[in-house]
Amino acid sequence: MSKVKELPGEAIVAATQAPSIGNSFRAYVQRVRGGDMGSLPAVLGLVVLCAVFAIARPSFVTAINFANLFTQGAAITLIAMGLVFVLLLGEIDLSAGYASGVCAAVLAVTLASLGLPWYVCALAAILTGVVIGVVLGALVAKVGIPSFVVTLAAFLAFQGLVLVLVKEGTNISVRDPVIVAIANKNLEPWLGWALYAVCVGVFAAIQLVRATRRAKRGLTADPLSLIAFRVGTLAVLAGVAVFVLNLERSRNPALVSLTGVPIVVPVILVLLVVWTVILRRTSFGRHLYAVGGNTEAARRAGIPVDRLKISAFVICSAMAAVGGIVAASRASSVDPNTGGSSVLLYAVGAAVIGGTSLFGGKGRVLDAVLGGAVVAVIENGMGLMGYGASVKYLVTGCVLLLAAGVDALARRRAAAAGLR
Amino acid sequence: MTPLLEVRGIDKSFGPVKVLHNVEFSAYAGEVTALVGDNGAGKSTLVKCIGGIYPIDGGEIFFDGKPVQIHTPRDAGELGIEIVYQDLALCDNLDIVQNMFLGRERKSGLLLDEDSMEELAEKTLSSLSVRTVKSIRQQVSSLSGGQRQTVAIAKAVLWNSKVVILDEPTAALGVAQTAQVLELVRRLADTGLAVVLISHNMNDVFAVSDRIAALYLGRMAAQVKTSDLTHAQVVELITAGRSGELGLKNGVTP
Repeated sequence: MSKVKELPGEAIVAATQAPSIGNSFRAYVQRVRGGDMGSLPAVLGLVVLCAVFAIARPSFVTAINFANLFTQGAAITLIAMGLVFVLLLGEIDLSAGYASGVCAAVLAVTLASLGLPWYVCALAAILTGVVIGVVLGALVAKVGIPSFVVTLAAFLAFQGLVLVLVKEGTNISVRDPVIVAIANKNLEPWLGWALYAVCVGVFAAIQLVRATRRAKRGLTADPLSLIAFRVGTLAVLAGVAVFVLNLERSRNPALVSLTGVPIVVPVILVLLVVWTVILRRTSFGRHLYAVGGNTEAARRAGIPVDRLKISAFVICSAMAAVGGIVAASRASSVDPNTGGSSVLLYAVGAAVIGGTSLFGGKGRVLDAVLGGAVVAVIENGMGLMGYGASVKYLVTGCVLLLAAGVDALARRRAAAAGLR
Repeated sequence: MTPLLEVRGIDKSFGPVKVLHNVEFSAYAGEVTALVGDNGAGKSTLVKCIGGIYPIDGGEIFFDGKPVQIHTPRDAGELGIEIVYQDLALCDNLDIVQNMFLGRERKSGLLLDEDSMEELAEKTLSSLSVRTVKSIRQQVSSLSGGQRQTVAIAKAVLWNSKVVILDEPTAALGVAQTAQVLELVRRLADTGLAVVLISHNMNDVFAVSDRIAALYLGRMAAQVKTSDLTHAQVVELITAGRSGELGLKNGVTP
């Protein structure tokens, strides 16, 4: 039934492989072979796509285009981050796109016609998301309607709701300087480096503290070499990114200077860290995985499954609201199409491409960011190649299908290897 | 000797169907009590009543000689009654430690205290002399059937439980793995736990049990020491509800 070799007569921990770079790498290869690909397809895809676009269109590898990628992918990435929570439970939220539209419209209307300060309006938008999540979650968990149907209905209804909010199709412009800055302004270059130093420093500190604490207790701890490798990789990748983003990318630097890390980047980073901690290090997150893996087992362990489902939908819709705010900021306006057309499918695609399973129980918030990067690169690169919307839709559709196919095949492979 | 767990006169119906009729059942500390019976005899229902999953319609439950009320799985857990279900209640996508602490995670502040959970899980597994898993941070999906069963049992033992009820722990296992699990079952009883083993397999029952309780069509046909019974007698109790002097006196019609 299983390929795991049994090791008779060996103490349980002595048999654990010492974690070194070599062993970690071997264990990773074994996992991938067993069908657990994680983010590998996304990372490989990203590399291949970037290489192809860089060769086909040299303008792809300019500082200005690199910065564009972040602002282009931000809204979809944020929505995808929320979707991960719902997908983890094996549910789906098809309304997340238009939910972000509704929340963006709430933001725009409260800003424009009520003239409230930006933070009140942003809070109102996020609260709208929370309410949407409670309603969707309750319909799924308490009433028992399949999430596919509930959110498909909501998909239609929210489309109508956006039209109501923007008075049947007017374009409401968003002029608040703070909101507009989110997707259109950059951090001062020194602030970018400070952020970089804090991120790398904190990451290294957490890794070191955990390893020493575990070693003190006599548990298997990661060796220094492995930690150095991880921290080094992050330091190099993030360092290159900050350096490029701090290059002058204005066409006419004498007139207006354009440098620095886009403000959406720290926004995404903070949310990525917060949600990752919640998912990986709290009992709430642990229970989400448990429900996604085996609902009945979770119920028997005394986990409140219904409440957990509702909170996943709340997180999803609230993150859709954040995505909506960023989208409104980027366009400096909200119209009936905000959060519409391809936004939802791009977001679901981002989560799945990143390695989150549509079958539940497997996924990370980081997946959404990696997948979001893939989607942004496709969108951006195809645009530079001069292809129209038709080809973009076709290609993204194929990529989504490919990602879902990889997910399903990985599952079958894992089953064949006796891993599931 | 007073039984650690005793139920008296339990009735349970699902709608018009009466599944348990006035059932008596006892389990003693340090002993393995085998609960046998044909399909539909009410073994699983009885266990679920004891575990607080089904409410009982009538009868009493005594724990350590004192009457107790069990309404939810939590109540059962607080008394120290743990059930290892037939369809193992494990999450494939979590590792061994995560599964063992599922729903009862240890925390330091808001965050999970992974280190102390790992330590305790390891201690429990080695106290059960479990040596067959590579790493306790291994996902359950990568374990064999016997290993999963071991984890499920270890999970039940982790909570200072006093009564461990195993629902068909060997049904899906091969020969070697069955022996492994049975050995573990015997060890549990030897450490002073009251173990209830539900099984269809006579070899298993005779290999580890001290007492046998046979259910027949929702009625307790007999509760006898294993050493006083033969293989054939148990089979008769299971299939006919009686065997010579033993069993239900007035023939029961289905």
